[in-house]
Amino acid sequence: MRWRAADLLRLGGFLAAGILAAGCFTDRQNAGARLYAQHCAHCHGDEGQGLKRLIPPLAGADYVAENRNFLACLVRRGVNGPMVVNGITFNQIMPGHEDLTDSEITNLLNFVQSSWGNKGKPFTIREVSEKLQGCAGSDGQ
Amino acid sequence: MMTSLFTRARRAGILVGGSALLLLTACQSQPDTTAVDRLPYLGEREVVPRADGGPADTLYATIPSFTLTNQDSATITNDTFKNKVYVADFFFATCPSICPKMQSEMLRVYEKFKDDPRVLFLSHTIDPAHDSVAVLRDYAQRLGIQNASRWHFATASHDTIFSLARAYYVPAQKDSTVEGGFAHSGAFTLVDSKRRVRGLYDGMNPDEVARLIEDLPVLLKEEAENASQAKL
Repeated sequence: MRWRAADLLRLGGFLAAGILAAGCFTDRQNAGARLYAQHCAHCHGDEGQGLKRLIPPLAGADYVAENRNFLACLVRRGVNGPMVVNGITFNQIMPGHEDLTDSEITNLLNFVQSSWGNKGKPFTIREVSEKLQGCAGSDGQ
Repeated sequence: MMTSLFTRARRAGILVGGSALLLLTACQSQPDTTAVDRLPYLGEREVVPRADGGPADTLYATIPSFTLTNQDSATITNDTFKNKVYVADFFFATCPSICPKMQSEMLRVYEKFKDDPRVLFLSHTIDPAHDSVAVLRDYAQRLGIQNASRWHFATASHDTIFSLARAYYVPAQKDSTVEGGFAHSGAFTLVDSKRRVRGLYDGMNPDEVARLIEDLPVLLKEEAENASQAKL
């Protein structure tokens, strides 16, 4: 009877360790998704769908596919004024994100590049830092 | 050792069972929101004795008189909402934080009730210096609202808007430390045909907005009953 209890404890330990480990990995994998939910989803929507003619979509957006070199600076510095996405002219203010590190911007962009049917080539942190130097926006982290 | 394990296990079981019971009773004592037939009245109330000695009247807090201008340049007042119920919120066109999310949730409510002329919508700008009638019209049309027949996007003087926000129980203030320059809550306020506030919902929370969508028919039923009683 006693070994059963011990076994249960051991099994519980394994399970707990497994859950903790899975938690670690999941967290890392989802860094981009978490950053998106925190910084972008309120405007661009949970599915990158945008909002009517008010907020441009990110899902299936030609702008995202065609402006790879500008995306990092767009997140860092924000954007203001008319912008054509999928044939529709949007005109809203997007705030910049001085609070994100280069590697967070990389995670964020790679989440957008690989979500909702988007199939953009992933960024490396080095590439994002290089692009951010174009708008004096790299923090080298 | 074994017995002590068992005793502990049993104790634990009793504890778990006990707390489950507590949880269950806690659940039961919660008001059953799905089965309400009357929405509450929010705010201060006043009991006024009647001169003829009849049962005292209860007066509920009401939205004060207002005069606003909507996206079609038309003047709107409380009379615009006469015999209607409406949902009010506060936003501004260049708001980079919560507004797109709350207006997309408001749009969800609008879509549900757009064929019911008894329900109107009223979005106030808290940035009247920037949000001119033209800006409001552009905003509304970009959201898919072609005219103000059902959903008003309204402006007035800064003071008028901010004192109205208080009446609708929506905290709003100028704050240069937040993005966009204004701090405000994403609350939706449900108002009945007698200017009384009957519900407050967090417009940033889809579950709360779902509650609003459930509450609206309850209020409409009450309004219909009151209207038919008034005719008798």
